[in-house]
Amino acid sequence: MNTVLLIVMKELRQIFRDKRLRFMAIAAPVIQLTVLGYAAVTDVKHVPLVVCDYDRTSISRGLADRFLNSGYFELAGTVDTADGVDEYIEHGRAALALVIPADFSADVLGRHTAQLQVLADGTDGNSANIALAYASMIVNSYSQYLLQDMLDKNPQADLPPRIAPEIRVWHNASLQSRNYMVPGVLAFVLMLITMSMTSMAIVREREIGTMEQLLVTPIRPWQLLFGKLIPYVFIGMIDVTLVLLVAVFWFNVPLRGSVGLLYLCSGLFVLTMLGLGLFVSTVARTQQQALMIAQFAFFIPFMYFSGFVFPIENMPVVIQKITYLVPLRYFMEIIRGIFLKGVGMDVLWPQMLALVAIGVSVFSLAVLRFRRTIE
Amino acid sequence: MTFRRIKPIVVKEFRQVRRDWVSLMLLILLPAFLMLMVGKALNFDVKSVRLAVFDQDKSSQSRAFIRAFTNSGYFTIAADVTSYRDIETSIESGRALAALVIPADFAKRLDRGEDAPVQVLMDGSNNNTATTALGYMNTIIQTYSANLRAEFMTRRGQRFDPPIELRPKVWYNPNLSSTKFLVPGFIGFILMMSSVISTALSIVREKESGTMEQLAVSPLGTAEIVIGKTLPYFIISLVSSAFVLGIAFVFFDLAVRGAIVWLYLGIVVFLFAALGQGLLISAIAEKQQIAFMMAVLSSILPTFLLSGLVFPIRSMPWLLQILSNVTPVKFFLIIIRGVMLKGVGPDVFWRELLYMLLFAAVTLALAAHIMLRKRRAA
Repeated sequence: MNTVLLIVMKELRQIFRDKRLRFMAIAAPVIQLTVLGYAAVTDVKHVPLVVCDYDRTSISRGLADRFLNSGYFELAGTVDTADGVDEYIEHGRAALALVIPADFSADVLGRHTAQLQVLADGTDGNSANIALAYASMIVNSYSQYLLQDMLDKNPQADLPPRIAPEIRVWHNASLQSRNYMVPGVLAFVLMLITMSMTSMAIVREREIGTMEQLLVTPIRPWQLLFGKLIPYVFIGMIDVTLVLLVAVFWFNVPLRGSVGLLYLCSGLFVLTMLGLGLFVSTVARTQQQALMIAQFAFFIPFMYFSGFVFPIENMPVVIQKITYLVPLRYFMEIIRGIFLKGVGMDVLWPQMLALVAIGVSVFSLAVLRFRRTIE
Repeated sequence: MTFRRIKPIVVKEFRQVRRDWVSLMLLILLPAFLMLMVGKALNFDVKSVRLAVFDQDKSSQSRAFIRAFTNSGYFTIAADVTSYRDIETSIESGRALAALVIPADFAKRLDRGEDAPVQVLMDGSNNNTATTALGYMNTIIQTYSANLRAEFMTRRGQRFDPPIELRPKVWYNPNLSSTKFLVPGFIGFILMMSSVISTALSIVREKESGTMEQLAVSPLGTAEIVIGKTLPYFIISLVSSAFVLGIAFVFFDLAVRGAIVWLYLGIVVFLFAALGQGLLISAIAEKQQIAFMMAVLSSILPTFLLSGLVFPIRSMPWLLQILSNVTPVKFFLIIIRGVMLKGVGPDVFWRELLYMLLFAAVTLALAAHIMLRKRRAA
């Protein structure tokens, strides 16, 4: 055990002596989470709107005002002709166009249904879909308002019944993407740091030839392995603490569940990542290869296939099955569950079990390969 | 400076890449493979919302109302629940994303001509999916409601016309598929990865193994060494871009709507910018590890997060909107989406082209400056 401790000390000293490694280990995760937490927003806000009002009455202006006062849209410009609308959308200066026909108010007052045209730039299908949903909500409420107004002026008429939905949103009532994305970014940053640091740890020694020196000493392989990994567990847990503090105190993401459970699961996740990093470093011959493998075989696929940004339930069934191999997927579910829903182990045990299973198999694989490479 | 002088370095670099098949595969095959996976798998389309239904009325009216949801194609009934407690557990465990609660007097109220309230509960964890799903629910309820009203009025011999009818029309991507948006973006992402990282590492590798000194004492100028070393990666990136474009066309039916010439003009200018960034990193970093970290931090993350690849730049705080200009991918994405989806040309995106040229000029000049200074100091 003493030997292990010596290696741990040596490794820690080496990491913290190097200014850039020190930065990588401590400052980088905090900076990343802070910047990424602001960047990773999927809210559709400030949709630039171009208005083409052929009607120019108080009713048509009332409608345009409802759009602009809704908080979802921002006036990009007003135009007089449909050609002007085309130009705005083609140049990307507007994402939505409101075209109010000349007989709009006449139709409304004459009790004919007025046709309102809304043009959307569908390039970004997702944002366009959401912007159209906003538009439809605004138009419906204005329509209802106009109807009520007419009935108020003509009290004998009957108001037909309607179904009035009462909407309640759970877990993230304000529908803010930050509450969903920041825990995700936290998991992602944690993976990035822990895995890239460990994947270099062993290859580096091998590349500069110090591995041979270590091997001729009476240190046993497992002691060497533990000695090299424990510092990263340590750094990983420091990083967990730092990024958690940023998420809770800087971004005010509500942490509804148990902090203890969060640490326990983060520990499991960090161990799995270290296992993967170790595996990479036993496969790669050079540091360059190690980083390339880490990046292309793990970071990028994990980024896409963990449910971090893209919903897994939208993926084809075959790929959904593949995502079961991605440890980040389970950690995403865990961290979002604990943060947003406040759920506990009774709900999260399958994910935790999966993390343990992946961790154990990756570690065994890495250790086997490591023993082979040194023999 | 002639190509004859650079040629040996180019040949050597190519040979090195070829011998290191792992790297070559990573540079050519992996992007193509990732493209395939990403294009097939990723989208934000909300297609089947898992709905828990708590029908307290159990009348023909309430059943017809529920059918309006299932018939829309956007909803599948995940659970027939019998209490609010059930709703809670099905949303918490993720079995249902939304719940619809119909009160016991639903049919009675409608028959009497009163408004009938229903309750919609939504798991808001993923705001994006939730907003879209709420949009669908709203539309279904409104349409159903409007039909009911019209029926009610007809029975009384009156007419009912809703004051306004919305006629949405979508340009460029009428079925609002997010794949059409994400695939061109991913081309930018892949090009950025392969060009920045490979250039950065190829030079730092020489520095680290000490062979840079050998090159430095050769009669070649710094510019010649640098061009010789980047040219192969430039060519590899071009090949790789043709590959991914082919995949986009064959598998995702994403034809280039505009002129392919403009697309390649955009790609070439973008590659200059990306190589400039890679060279700047290689000028600063002395170790591959550091170079790689710098490349990851300055290319993967900004590309994924700040370029508009997935997250709309408009929704970011203004400081980040300004910061988003650090990545040339942002400008490239405007160009590639413009050419591929909208079919526009440089008259629309000349500013973006100019910006990338400026970016390339600045990074290359800085890289040259640092390299020359270090060479003189050595």
